[in-house]
Amino acid sequence: MMSIPDERGYFGDYGGRFVPETLMPALEELSESYRLAKKDKEFNHRFKYYLHQYVGRPSPLYFACGLTRHCGGAQIYLKREDLNHTGAHKINNTIGQLLLAGRMGKTRVIAETGAGQHGVATATAAALFGFQCSVYMGEEDVHRQALNVFRMRLLGAEVITVKSGSRTLKDAMNEAIRDWVTNVENTYYCIGSVAGPHPYPEMVRDFQAVIGIEAREQILEHTGRLPDYVIACVGGGSNAMGIFYPFLQDKEVKLIGVEAAGHGLESGRHCATLSRGKPGVLQGSYSYVLQDEHGQVLPVHSISAGLDYPGVGPEHSYLKDINRVVYTSAEDGEAVKAFQLLCRTDGIIPALESAHALAEAVKLAPQLPPESIIIVNLSGRGDKDVNTMAKMVGAKV
Amino acid sequence: MNRIDNCFANLKENGQKAFIPFVTAGDPDLGTTVELVRAMTGAGADIIELGVPYSEPLADGPVIQKAVQRSLERGTTLAKILEAVTIIRKTEQVPLVLMSYYNPILQYGLDNFVQHAVEAGVDGVIVPDLPVEECPPLFSRALEKGLYLIQLVAPTTTEARLKKIARFSRGFIYCVSVTGVTGVREETNNQIANLTSRVRQVTSLPVGIGFGVSAPAQAAQIARHCDAVIAGSVLVKIIENNSDNAVSMVAGLVADFKSALSG
Repeated sequence: MMSIPDERGYFGDYGGRFVPETLMPALEELSESYRLAKKDKEFNHRFKYYLHQYVGRPSPLYFACGLTRHCGGAQIYLKREDLNHTGAHKINNTIGQLLLAGRMGKTRVIAETGAGQHGVATATAAALFGFQCSVYMGEEDVHRQALNVFRMRLLGAEVITVKSGSRTLKDAMNEAIRDWVTNVENTYYCIGSVAGPHPYPEMVRDFQAVIGIEAREQILEHTGRLPDYVIACVGGGSNAMGIFYPFLQDKEVKLIGVEAAGHGLESGRHCATLSRGKPGVLQGSYSYVLQDEHGQVLPVHSISAGLDYPGVGPEHSYLKDINRVVYTSAEDGEAVKAFQLLCRTDGIIPALESAHALAEAVKLAPQLPPESIIIVNLSGRGDKDVNTMAKMVGAKV
Repeated sequence: MNRIDNCFANLKENGQKAFIPFVTAGDPDLGTTVELVRAMTGAGADIIELGVPYSEPLADGPVIQKAVQRSLERGTTLAKILEAVTIIRKTEQVPLVLMSYYNPILQYGLDNFVQHAVEAGVDGVIVPDLPVEECPPLFSRALEKGLYLIQLVAPTTTEARLKKIARFSRGFIYCVSVTGVTGVREETNNQIANLTSRVRQVTSLPVGIGFGVSAPAQAAQIARHCDAVIAGSVLVKIIENNSDNAVSMVAGLVADFKSALSG
């Protein structure tokens, strides 16, 4: 594995810590606690125990025979993170972080959420480990993802509707940071992506790396060789970092991150940060940001609430610059088509986020010979998106 | 000599404390900001802080957030704020400090920002999301041109950090009175005395206290522990509520603050 980031939290030029001084001692404490936990047998044992017994890992690497036949080219495998407890990869990270919060003696956890998957995963782990839990969610997402809001409340979490700014994920994160600045003494901030100030990008990646570690072992077991492509969707980028990281040293494996192109890259209504942004500081780290020439963050759009974010994790910016990962994008319509396709070909309802990665696979597979292998990270299940889909096709639920 | 140093030297000679009002530049427009600076100077403001609006004000409470939104809707940019400072400098000698999140400065370009800020007549800059570890690129450029980088310290700041922060601060040290965002608070925090005495052990720079300052009487209490009191949200709220006579009302409250500190 590459030994990045450096001790200041930089992946090449990207990362660091750009937060108010009030939070800096908390970040130093978190870094130190995480450093010790990572080396601690007991901590690692507990993390593995809960991933196995509670989350249901390892998740299968499923050969999508229907989709493969439909595309008529490369073999497509799906890493089934949708089969995890709570229905997405997010739970891997919240189990890890809340075990750490317990070691640190915190009693309250807060989180931001877009699609609600990270909120549900945080609320779930908080219920499991006995934390008080508040989840910040933009007003627009509260409407788009009403089912997840109710799930969080069932799990005992307080869901706080954020009405500032664009009322989506970034504004939920601003509000969570404000809460953390105010209640830093007893509160643990559980960030859901590989974004934010150091050590979050590294820590969240490490907790999510189980996805790639398993996928690498499983594909070797199934086929006796490494895949030609690994494809994942990128909003903040945690499921992508999780599956890419264990493949970074395998130079022959091509890695593709798929951003949300919304109504199209030329429309100005998208959130393809790496494709169309430029480096800047957003919410604690230096990375690519969708911003205007004055450094003001631009409004973004995606049909998928989980990708609707104007920033991206700093390690992705680094991997883009060194050309280790290729970043592409899929429009709302392409994601919707891929969503519907997988429902029919393999009987799997994918999350709209993951459908962006599927859309890329559907484009790529027919151009490749049948012996080629593609792994798509199916980061979550689509139950939460059925209302959005119904609206798209004009059906009543 | 930097105007901020002059200001504190003069106040010290007269046994006075500084009052530093904050307003968001361009709220509701930059013409008003110029008028506000003149009126607040006339009312006794010792140093004036101008907030540079940024779309993600994560260290600010609801009052400043709304001011930022009003300002951005009017198309305020850092370049236009520097033009306004140039206009202010034609008549006013009050020390001016910009409070800006890092990204607007970064996108303007660090070299250009320092050069243009100094040319316009800015004396100092406060960057609430630029901790001491990340400040050297701005600090060294600013120092070279005589622009002061004023650092923040918080109740959570450790001794080791205090020492480092003091080394990278010029003008004064800005003590955040509470763990939290900007905004008016009723109670005066009893951590303040503890924080300012810890700060004084590591620096001879003047010490200012801000965040949560809501009224002149409270400011007078706080002033016992420091050299300067900073108030923002309570003034910005006046601008939010009074579109017609905000300038004179803000100036009136600034005069009240100044007289409470002199009492």
